[in-house]
Amino acid sequence: MAADESYPEELRYHREHDWARVDGDTATVGITWYAQDALGELVHFEPPAEGASVAADESYGEVESVKAVSDLISPLSGEVVEVNPIVVEEPEKVNDDPYGDGWLIKIRLSDPGEADGLLDVAAYKALLDEQ
Amino acid sequence: MGYLSLTDSDQEAMLAAIGVSSIDELFQDIPEAVRLDRALDLEPALSEQQLVAHLEELAGKNVHTGRELSFLGAGIYDHYVPAIVDAILARGEFLTAYTPYQPEMSQGVLQAIFEYQTVICELTGMDVSNASGYDGTTVAADACYVAKHTTGRTKVVLAEALNPQVRQVVKTYAPGFGLEVVEIPHTDGITDPDDVRKAAEGAACVIFQQPNFFGCLEPAPELAAAANEAEALAVAHVDPVSLGVLEAPGRYGCAIAIGEGQGAGNYQSYGGPHYGFIATRSDFIRRMPGRIVGETTDTAGERGYVLTLQTREQHIRREKATSNITTNQTLLALAGLAHLSWLGPQGLRELGETCMSLAAHAKDRLGLPLVFPERTTFKEFAVRAGRPAEDAIRAAREQGVHPGYALKRDYSGMEDALLVCVTEKRTPDDIDRLAAVLAA
Amino acid sequence: MKLIFEKSQEGRRAGTLPSYDLPPAEVPDELRRRESPRLPELAEPEIVRHFTALADRTFGVDTGFYPLGSCTMKHNPRVNERVVALPGFRDLHPLQEEVGAQGALELMWRLQEILAEVCGLHAVSLQPAAGSQGELTGLMLMRAYFADRGEGEQRKTVITADTAHGTNPASVTMAGFELQKVETDSRGNLDLDDLRAKVNQETAGLMLTNPSTLGLFDEHIEEVSKIFHDAGALLYYDGANLNAVCGISRPGDMGFDIVHINLHKTFSQPHGGGGPGGGPIAVREILEPFIPAPAVVRDGDEFRLDYDRPKSIGKVRGYTGPFGVFVRSYAFIRAYGPELRRMSEVAVLNANYMLSRLKGTYELPFERLCMHEFVLSAKNLKRDHGVNALDVAKRLMDYGFHPPTIYFPLIVPEALMIEPTETEPKETLDAFCDAMERIAEEAASDPEILKEAPHRRPVRRLDEVKAAKRAIVKYGFDQHPDLRGDRAEGEAVEAQRGA
Repeated sequence: MAADESYPEELRYHREHDWARVDGDTATVGITWYAQDALGELVHFEPPAEGASVAADESYGEVESVKAVSDLISPLSGEVVEVNPIVVEEPEKVNDDPYGDGWLIKIRLSDPGEADGLLDVAAYKALLDEQ
Repeated sequence: MGYLSLTDSDQEAMLAAIGVSSIDELFQDIPEAVRLDRALDLEPALSEQQLVAHLEELAGKNVHTGRELSFLGAGIYDHYVPAIVDAILARGEFLTAYTPYQPEMSQGVLQAIFEYQTVICELTGMDVSNASGYDGTTVAADACYVAKHTTGRTKVVLAEALNPQVRQVVKTYAPGFGLEVVEIPHTDGITDPDDVRKAAEGAACVIFQQPNFFGCLEPAPELAAAANEAEALAVAHVDPVSLGVLEAPGRYGCAIAIGEGQGAGNYQSYGGPHYGFIATRSDFIRRMPGRIVGETTDTAGERGYVLTLQTREQHIRREKATSNITTNQTLLALAGLAHLSWLGPQGLRELGETCMSLAAHAKDRLGLPLVFPERTTFKEFAVRAGRPAEDAIRAAREQGVHPGYALKRDYSGMEDALLVCVTEKRTPDDIDRLAAVLAA
Repeated sequence: MKLIFEKSQEGRRAGTLPSYDLPPAEVPDELRRRESPRLPELAEPEIVRHFTALADRTFGVDTGFYPLGSCTMKHNPRVNERVVALPGFRDLHPLQEEVGAQGALELMWRLQEILAEVCGLHAVSLQPAAGSQGELTGLMLMRAYFADRGEGEQRKTVITADTAHGTNPASVTMAGFELQKVETDSRGNLDLDDLRAKVNQETAGLMLTNPSTLGLFDEHIEEVSKIFHDAGALLYYDGANLNAVCGISRPGDMGFDIVHINLHKTFSQPHGGGGPGGGPIAVREILEPFIPAPAVVRDGDEFRLDYDRPKSIGKVRGYTGPFGVFVRSYAFIRAYGPELRRMSEVAVLNANYMLSRLKGTYELPFERLCMHEFVLSAKNLKRDHGVNALDVAKRLMDYGFHPPTIYFPLIVPEALMIEPTETEPKETLDAFCDAMERIAEEAASDPEILKEAPHRRPVRRLDEVKAAKRAIVKYGFDQHPDLRGDRAEGEAVEAQRGA
């Protein structure tokens, strides 16, 4: 059952429809409501390995629905410290709760200052209006 | 023209509805400079009976297995195709349907493919099969593509005892895939596991054939083990007809099983169309090229079948697809399903045993020196004819017998070697005749 | 309906084999099969009934109208099935000596000559097994051509249209090129400004279908051809839509250097539930040295296989290609002769007639005459009544038609791509258009009937999400899961892992 449309205030956003929740030198990352809605019900999550490096603006994995597959673009750079095991088992959690249980990976940031380059919720919503 | 219904009055009504006065006007967007200003330079149309007479004349110039006693194999085999296969393939629904993208219109084809996938998995001991590949050569290229993407390595190792056509096709695809191809020479008709162990270092996969091109039984479990030690995928290219008597690749450490399906259910047809098969362990399901049919339910809760995991295919992933294959070989794969259903497990085992015992009998009966005397063989074996192979072939054919394939075409040191194939369609009397012809 | 395995009983068997009084040959112990494969066990009558039931649940061109855009679902002449079964073709081994295969080689040579004439090009290889393999072969030829000229490293990119069939980008990747897309303008032609900006010395070539997947002929094709040739690049023609222009305009004359032809589209090889097909390629003289080996050549009165092709890209498929497909296509073409032009004329007439009937009811993205196919958009129905192209497609099934292609090409929202082909009579076209009009009315008055369609097929709408998640791709015998407990709609389904 998909969630209602929302874009939490406290998150930072990337133009490729990813969000980041930054907490000191770690960040939790996922895809936005817009992304899960465009894809439809997810059937598969292809995560990176724990310990792998990720780079801002580059792909770190994939999600798949019946009709489409999408690269996951990392909003920030660093090392993957955790992959959400719930989403690996039940990818549809991302549709139900994209910002909560549907988080995808946690990163130890190589450059916490990078988060300043992300969009705030107002800027992200403005981007969506242009879509 | 009997395929067109259009009459003059139809045409008039339709042009009027469109709002143009002639058919030529419909092509007005085509610039003059690129229009053909003459008729096509083709021979005049033939009526149906003239067409049949013409094709009969062409067919009459071919020496087929009804006109010549044939011991020719080397990858395409004269196995018996039962009448039930012809009957099933003649159903217009199977013949004239297309890819089942609208599953509610195509449950018959989809279920048949699901059954085919099951049969291939049973034969090969694997978890996942696709709905068919083009033939036994291109599935080897597919296997290399899967191996590259799963291991991240770009070297592929091929046994020299793998069918030369298969190796040529892999080498043709390799540059585009960014692959380096390494070949392991055969050692007295089989492949040495130590050679595999060395070559497999840093390789994405090792492909060997069982039985191999010479008809010899490879030490397949050891070859697979040698590949696995180097963390290269072990890929077995197998003869479906042998899988009632020979162990399934999935049971001796292979990651992928591939092969040419023709011997199970298709006529020789001068090389095609046939069907290739590819089956893998479950971990490779998302890398599997081509179509896959999956089971599901409908809105009323009833069981049904659909094309699934389609994000792998060209029409969704586009540039990231696991392959560009769209049209495959469904009808030929259905023929394979029908044939294997007709045989059943007992029949398949008996078929393999019969071919093997007939071939062993022929080895004795011919009395010619064997190229690989130490080797156990399945339905083919290599003999030395005592003179250049092409001469032996010509002389035998003058007496209405084709004695086998000239191995010199692909291998060195085989100037006088013939690869003799004995299927269940040959009899002991046929073998006597071959012996007489080759002794002469 | 049960699976064939569910109808099996141990000990039943249809096959009878000859047996000889010969000593058995021993399989070495370490290689011997331990467990029997669980193949079906039925006697012949039940096998026949099973496949008959499967055929009854399958809709083919023989059953009814099948207007899948870009698939060219035309009638498959029955005489072709008769000739392909002649023993001289059917029972011929591909490695038979050339002297014993003269009829096969002659047929192939003649077909090559015909295809070269139809395409306006010079040399043909029949080897590729399907259209997408033809594409890959064509791209490999491009690579070989540029490598031979010392431009191999330089020419990195192939450009495709944003309306391209999905095989085009996939083929580009498989051939080791980088992909670039060019946009379509408001007339449905390639956007020339966008093209000029993208074509440069790193461009290997263009892959294009003409007419495009929109069913529109590119009015600037000569200019397009010049842009690429001036940059030293090549043009590749995807022959999927050749049915529109046979005898009217030839790809070689349009400026294309390499063409693949879909024998299972234009030239009547039956589609077989998904295949087989044939994807021969035709090329300009400059590319002939690179075509797959062996080539089929004529030497006076004899036909032979020429393996002496030092610059050939190699082999893309076993033997000389899908020969049985050649027999059918050759027979099809010989039945038409130069009247092949009429085939294309009627294909284009039929499509334009349907377009004239439907353009009032559905939205037409491009105000032009079409070629052999056309694209409509159901976005007006979506906007006004909340029903989409999928719903229209499913409801068409209840009217006895196979739906057209939907959601393609990607640049048209709620796309319905319709290709009638030349073998449909006017009444069938009218019946389909009547049904489309009725469905548009139903969308307004009773949208639920569309959303729950089909109502009259062996199954209702199938749950593709469940299929992808569960990934049950073979029968599991004793372990086979029963999916029927879960309901598809309106319930949160706890997906179980496994299988």
